[in-house]
Amino acid sequence: MNAPVDAIETFRAETRAWLEANCPPEMRRPLRSEADVVWGGRRAQLSEPQRQWLDRMAARGWTTPDWPSEYGGGGLTPQQAKALRQEMAKLGCRSPLNSFGISMLGPALLTYGTEAQKQEHLPKIVRGEIRWCQGYSEPGAGSDLAGLQTSAEDAGDHFVVNGQKVWTSYADKADWIFCLVRTDKSVKQGGISFVLFDMESPGVSTKPILLISGYSPFCETFFDDVHVPKANLVGELNHGWDVAKYLLGHEREMISGMGLGGGGHKSLPEIALDAIGAEPDGRLDDPGLRARIATFEVRAMAFQAMSERFMDELKARRAHPAQPSMMKYYGTELNKARHELIMAAGGSDALAWDSEASHGGAAARGWLRTKGNSIEGGTSEVQLNIIAKRILELPGA
Amino acid sequence: MPLFLNDDQAMLADTARPFIAEQAPVGHMRGLRDAAELTGFSRDLWARFAEMGFTGMLVEEAHGGLGLGQVEAGIVLEEIGRNLTPSPFLSTSVGAVTALKGGAAALTERWLPGIVAGEVVAALAIDEGTHHRPLRTALKAERSGNGFRLTGDKRFVAHGHVADLLIVAARTAGAAGEPNGITLFAVEKDALGLTATPERLADASLASRLAFDGVQVDADAVIGEVDGGWAALSRVLAVVRTGTAAEMGGVSAAALAMTVDYLKSRKQFGVHIGSFQALQHRAAHLYAEMEVTRAAVLKAQQLLDADDPHAERATLVAKAMAGMTTTLAVQEGVQMHGGIGMTDEYDIGLYMKRGRVLAEMFGDADFHADQLARHSGY
Repeated sequence: MNAPVDAIETFRAETRAWLEANCPPEMRRPLRSEADVVWGGRRAQLSEPQRQWLDRMAARGWTTPDWPSEYGGGGLTPQQAKALRQEMAKLGCRSPLNSFGISMLGPALLTYGTEAQKQEHLPKIVRGEIRWCQGYSEPGAGSDLAGLQTSAEDAGDHFVVNGQKVWTSYADKADWIFCLVRTDKSVKQGGISFVLFDMESPGVSTKPILLISGYSPFCETFFDDVHVPKANLVGELNHGWDVAKYLLGHEREMISGMGLGGGGHKSLPEIALDAIGAEPDGRLDDPGLRARIATFEVRAMAFQAMSERFMDELKARRAHPAQPSMMKYYGTELNKARHELIMAAGGSDALAWDSEASHGGAAARGWLRTKGNSIEGGTSEVQLNIIAKRILELPGA
Repeated sequence: MPLFLNDDQAMLADTARPFIAEQAPVGHMRGLRDAAELTGFSRDLWARFAEMGFTGMLVEEAHGGLGLGQVEAGIVLEEIGRNLTPSPFLSTSVGAVTALKGGAAALTERWLPGIVAGEVVAALAIDEGTHHRPLRTALKAERSGNGFRLTGDKRFVAHGHVADLLIVAARTAGAAGEPNGITLFAVEKDALGLTATPERLADASLASRLAFDGVQVDADAVIGEVDGGWAALSRVLAVVRTGTAAEMGGVSAAALAMTVDYLKSRKQFGVHIGSFQALQHRAAHLYAEMEVTRAAVLKAQQLLDADDPHAERATLVAKAMAGMTTTLAVQEGVQMHGGIGMTDEYDIGLYMKRGRVLAEMFGDADFHADQLARHSGY
């Protein structure tokens, strides 16, 4: 019993020392805006500290701590990976690399990919060399994702892909896409395949969508006779729905992380105290808002515990397979509630749209952005359907 | 430490669950209620708790206990909640044991063996007003002779009328609202001038009003430091709030399970009502709240067992979440059962009543959210 505890404490101490020596001071400051997030990719423009931090972490495989070391991952045990996360949090280290390759495609490739696909793609994800985007939703296939129509015709050694995707996150900045295509029109779920291709392939074009936040993180993506080598099929032909569902679980986990908040310069109570002030005894001078914030913080801290529990259960392979739906539902609803409170706490200050003092309307735009959290990656209502059917085992309609 | 039960704890759960379900299912509680029984629990069952080692779970092995922690106590409490089992387990084996552990050797030797043996029942005399406000403790304890004279009133004291031992929060100095000047006492039930008036609550449990009319206690009845009892009281409150939250987890879990079963069996419009999306979504939302609450409660238990400095905050979160979630669980339970949920014959209403009492006990959700805000400096 003592030996493993000692071993993990030794690992923790060594990790802390390494992080202290290797994490540049600039990478220990809270993120100010989306521009501070490192996504990697061919066209990434990184500051010197960002580049250093990414390269140092990638060299140890710690951009993907629990991936096998043969593909460039850190090869850490669940306990070690948890200790690394905790030590990074203690020092305030930013994530060296954020990517859909890490959070979504990688786990799917590890499970469904061929050896050649793993060797080809995983190390580049670890090092942040290729930025991936996800081609799932279509104009006619939102919540009913399996109704997708983008087609891939068999042309011998390759497929010819035609169709349109929508809500493709950062498609205009991505290097490669993992994409759901229809390879059989006669069956719904059973006619879907999962393919990978380069966004520079002839016939691919993207068009950013302007959102209510004023940002354009999503695109419409068009495929016009795009040639995709058959070697880029992940899993079996017409079995892409299995890969898609597996990957959606990981996407939901990632989105649920939004419920943890963090990243901001100021906490919610600090925003409210600065804007409204305190009574002589230190209590926020707005009892109604104070109570709402306190109740929110209760939920947020409870969700933090839930996230820890969920990660622990996942690593121990004892989480219910549909539990990511619960995490996604709760985390995104919580994040929306947080941003409603940030707006209430900031008052008219939070309404600013483009002034420098408001960091380009960070509060208002951030608030509007969160409204999509409970829509993207499967709406809250879809998650509730999944919980009802797969966890509570309630009868179908 | 992963945030789920380890193998030993899972084994304890596998033992506790059938044990309590067989010995004291909801029918047991109904029986006591319908007989207008005046003890408030079954002494036979309490003796069986002692045989299982539950009574002395938190007592060190040197004193004959099992030397376990809050996670293990929470496992038993969850089953108590699931079965609505009337039991002095929380006040005696969790609250009083934690209080006594902070006391002098004479006190622990006086009381712990009896608790372990299932011969001593204890109650916690903390609340004085209609709401849980421990800082406002005003019951006066004045120096007198070799000890103290206690004067004042307590209320909402579960098992107060049958307890052999009362853990009493009193004020030896300072004014109501101040942490300094609070002292904890271990008072015996037959103390002269002490009157307990039991009152039946909505959930059929018995809680007492206690009148202290110049009750004389010796100096060695003081648990810990005179005037410095706030820290000891806070430790007791942390474990009983967390324990109550664990019991509420059992109440919620049973309410949800019962409701989901009903949704799968009740037919209207020719189909199972569980196929209606309106009801599915409500049940699924409740499930999510319960999962998150369960994690918060286990987190608090683990941090308390590790003596972690963040344990107190985690405790506030656990009890606040439990308050909100259990309230939701029992309300949804009755609503989704429809008319039958309003009948005394059906169990769901009993869960609603127990949930309400536990939500109030040792502070409701608003109280704990307020405490968390103070803790965070706003």
